[in-house]
Amino acid sequence: MSEDDTPKVGAADTAPPPPQGAPGAKPPLSKERRLQARRRFMRTILLGGGVFGAALSGFLPVAYAQKKRLRPPGALDEKDFLASCIKCGQCVQVCPVNAIKLADLADGFGVGVPYIEAREQACDFSCDAVQCILACPTGALTYKKPAYMSVRPGAKLAEKPILLAKEKDPEPTLNLTERIGVARLTRPESCLAMQGKGFKGQARGPDFKGELRYMSVDRWRPIKVADHPYDVELCDLCVQACPIKGAISLETVFAPDGSQRKTPVVHEPCVGCGVCEMICPTEPASIEVIPGEGWRT
Amino acid sequence: MSNALKRRFVEQIKVMFGAEPQKPTLIEERAIEVHQLKRMTNKAELAAAKEAHRAREKNHKWRNIRWATLIFVNLLFVVSYHFDIQLLEGALTASRFAGFHLIDLNSALQVMLAHKHIITNLLIGTGTVLALWILLGGRTFCSWVCPYHFLAEWAEKLHLFLVQKKLVTDTPIDRRWRTVSWVIFALLALITGYTVYESISPTGIVSRALIYSGGVLAMLWVLALLVFEVFFVRRAWCRYACPIGLTYGVVGIVSPLRVKYTLQGCFHEGDCRKVCLVPHVLDTVIKGRAVDTEVPIGPDCTRCGLCVDTCPTGSLKFDIKGLSKLM
Ligand code: SF4
Ligand code: SF4
Ligand code: SF4
Ligand code: SF4
Repeated sequence: MSEDDTPKVGAADTAPPPPQGAPGAKPPLSKERRLQARRRFMRTILLGGGVFGAALSGFLPVAYAQKKRLRPPGALDEKDFLASCIKCGQCVQVCPVNAIKLADLADGFGVGVPYIEAREQACDFSCDAVQCILACPTGALTYKKPAYMSVRPGAKLAEKPILLAKEKDPEPTLNLTERIGVARLTRPESCLAMQGKGFKGQARGPDFKGELRYMSVDRWRPIKVADHPYDVELCDLCVQACPIKGAISLETVFAPDGSQRKTPVVHEPCVGCGVCEMICPTEPASIEVIPGEGWRT
Repeated sequence: MSNALKRRFVEQIKVMFGAEPQKPTLIEERAIEVHQLKRMTNKAELAAAKEAHRAREKNHKWRNIRWATLIFVNLLFVVSYHFDIQLLEGALTASRFAGFHLIDLNSALQVMLAHKHIITNLLIGTGTVLALWILLGGRTFCSWVCPYHFLAEWAEKLHLFLVQKKLVTDTPIDRRWRTVSWVIFALLALITGYTVYESISPTGIVSRALIYSGGVLAMLWVLALLVFEVFFVRRAWCRYACPIGLTYGVVGIVSPLRVKYTLQGCFHEGDCRKVCLVPHVLDTVIKGRAVDTEVPIGPDCTRCGLCVDTCPTGSLKFDIKGLSKLM
C-alpha cells in the first residue's frame, strides 16, 4: 500500500478530493481534468451500451422465440409465464423425476426459465400432487389461474384428470385445470402398433437415463426406464405408461387396403405430460406432445 | 442527530444515486475543534505515530467472518438441493428457508413490473426479505451473500496486483450510470413484460450455476464481466452498474446497522478508502471533512468491514444505531 497521505486521484476514487489543506472555493477545472471527465463520460456510454447489448441479447430470443417449449404443469400462458417466473428453480428442486430443467443463454427463451424436455425426461406425476406448482413462489405455476387471464383455446380440461396411480385413493384427481400440451401421433408410419409389431427389450435402450414410476414395481419410487424391459405382442408402451386415466388407448382402425390395424388414439383427458413421447421406442418418437397445444375434436 | 449530520444524511443519499461527495458547509463546533487540534499537532510526531500504527499486523477478522458467511449461505443452497434436506430451497432470486418464503427485492420488483400482478406468496416473501435487510443493513446483502461479490473480490485482488505492476490502470466510470441502469431495467420490465435484467444478472446466474450446475453459456457473460474488471475498471459491475446494489442501498437508508466513524483518533491516512468497494461513502475520513465527532457511513456502504479491518487506529467500527444509548 502506498505511503501517501492524499488518497490517489483516479485510483480508487471517483471523487478526487481537492489538495489537502486547501480550504475554500473549488479550483477551476484544468484542461487535463476536463479531458478526463470527457473520457469518463465516453467510457460510461460504452459500458452502458455493452450492458444493454448483453441484456437485449438475452431478451431478443425471448421476443422472437420460434420453438415452443413444454413448461411445467400449471404454467400460465407463455407471455405471463415468462413475466412472472422469478427463475429460482424451486420447481426444479421438488420434482422427484427431475423433469424440469432451467434454460441457458443460447436456448433462446430467457436465462433460468424452467422447461421440460419430454423425450429426455417427462413429468410422470410421480409427486402425486403437482408439487412444482406448490413450490412456485410467484404464481408462474398455479393451481388456479386468476380470472382475468385468458385461457388458450382447448387448454381447459373437461374434468380434473384422474391419476391412475391414485385411482383407489379417496382423492384420485390431480389439481390441474389446464393442459400444458396435447399428445399427437405425429409419425403414424413409424408407429410399431400401426405396423402390427410388438416390442421386446428396453424401451429406449440401455443408456437411457429417464425415469418412470411403475406402480407394479414401486408405488413411491420412480425407477429407470432402462431397468424395466418390456415384452409385448403388439406395442402399446405409450398406453401402458400414460399416467392419466382415459387419456390414450389402442384402437382398431382400417387401413386404406381394408386390413385391420391398431393405433394409439389420444383422448380429451390428455394433459400433455409427454410420458408417451418419452417411452415411445421408435427413433424419433412416433408420438409427441405438442407444447401449448389445445384439444381439438 | 445534529443538524450537520442530518444534512450529511441527505447528502449521502444523493451520493448513493451518483452525486459526487461535496465538502461539507456545516460542521459541528466540537468537530471543528478536533480538526483544528489535529492541524496543530507536530508534523514529525504525527508521521511517526502513523508509521507505528501501520506497522502492526494485517487484520482480516471481519473479512474472514464475512467470507465464511457468504460461502456458508451459498453452500446451504447447494447442499439443501443435492442432499434434499429442504432447509434453504431455491436460488438467490427466490427461496424458501425452512418453509418461509424469501424473495430477492430486486427480482421481486422486476417480476411485479413485468407481470403487473402480485400474488400473496410473492408479497410475503418480499416483505420478509425487506424486514431482514432493513435490520441487517441493506447492501450487507452484497458483501455478505452475493456470490458475484466473492468472485469480484478475487478479480479485484488480481486487478490491484496488475495496477501495482503498472500493467493496467483503473479507469473509473460515472457513478450516475447505476441509477440510470436501474431505471432503464425497471422500464424494460414494465414495457416488454419480461424480466430482462435476469438475463444478465450475475447474481442470479452465479447462484443458479452453483445450485443447478447449469447455465454454462450465461457464466461466460459473468466471466467477461470479471475480465473487464481485472483489466479495465476496478469492481465495474458492483460500483457502476448493478441495480440490485442500488435497491439494497435504498433499504440501507433506514437500517440501524452501519459502520461508524470516530474523528478523534483518525490519522487520515486514507487506507480505508483504498480497500473500499464504494470509497465515495468514506469521504468523511478526508482531513477536515467530518461534520461531527462521530459520523455514520452512508447507505451505499456494503458493511463489508474491510475498512474496519484496515483502519490502524480503530476509528471505523460496526455500530447499531441506538444500541449504545440503550446500554
Ligand atoms: S407435476 Fe410432479 S412430476 Fe411433474 S414436473 Fe411437477 S413436480 Fe415433477
Ligand atoms: S418455481 Fe416458479 S418462479 Fe421458480 S423457476 Fe419454477 S416456475 Fe419459475
Ligand atoms: S397421452 Fe401422453 S401426453 Fe397425454 S397424458 Fe398420456 S402420457 Fe401424457
Ligand atoms: S452490487 Fe450487485 S453484483 Fe455486486 S455484490 Fe451487490 S448485488 Fe452482488
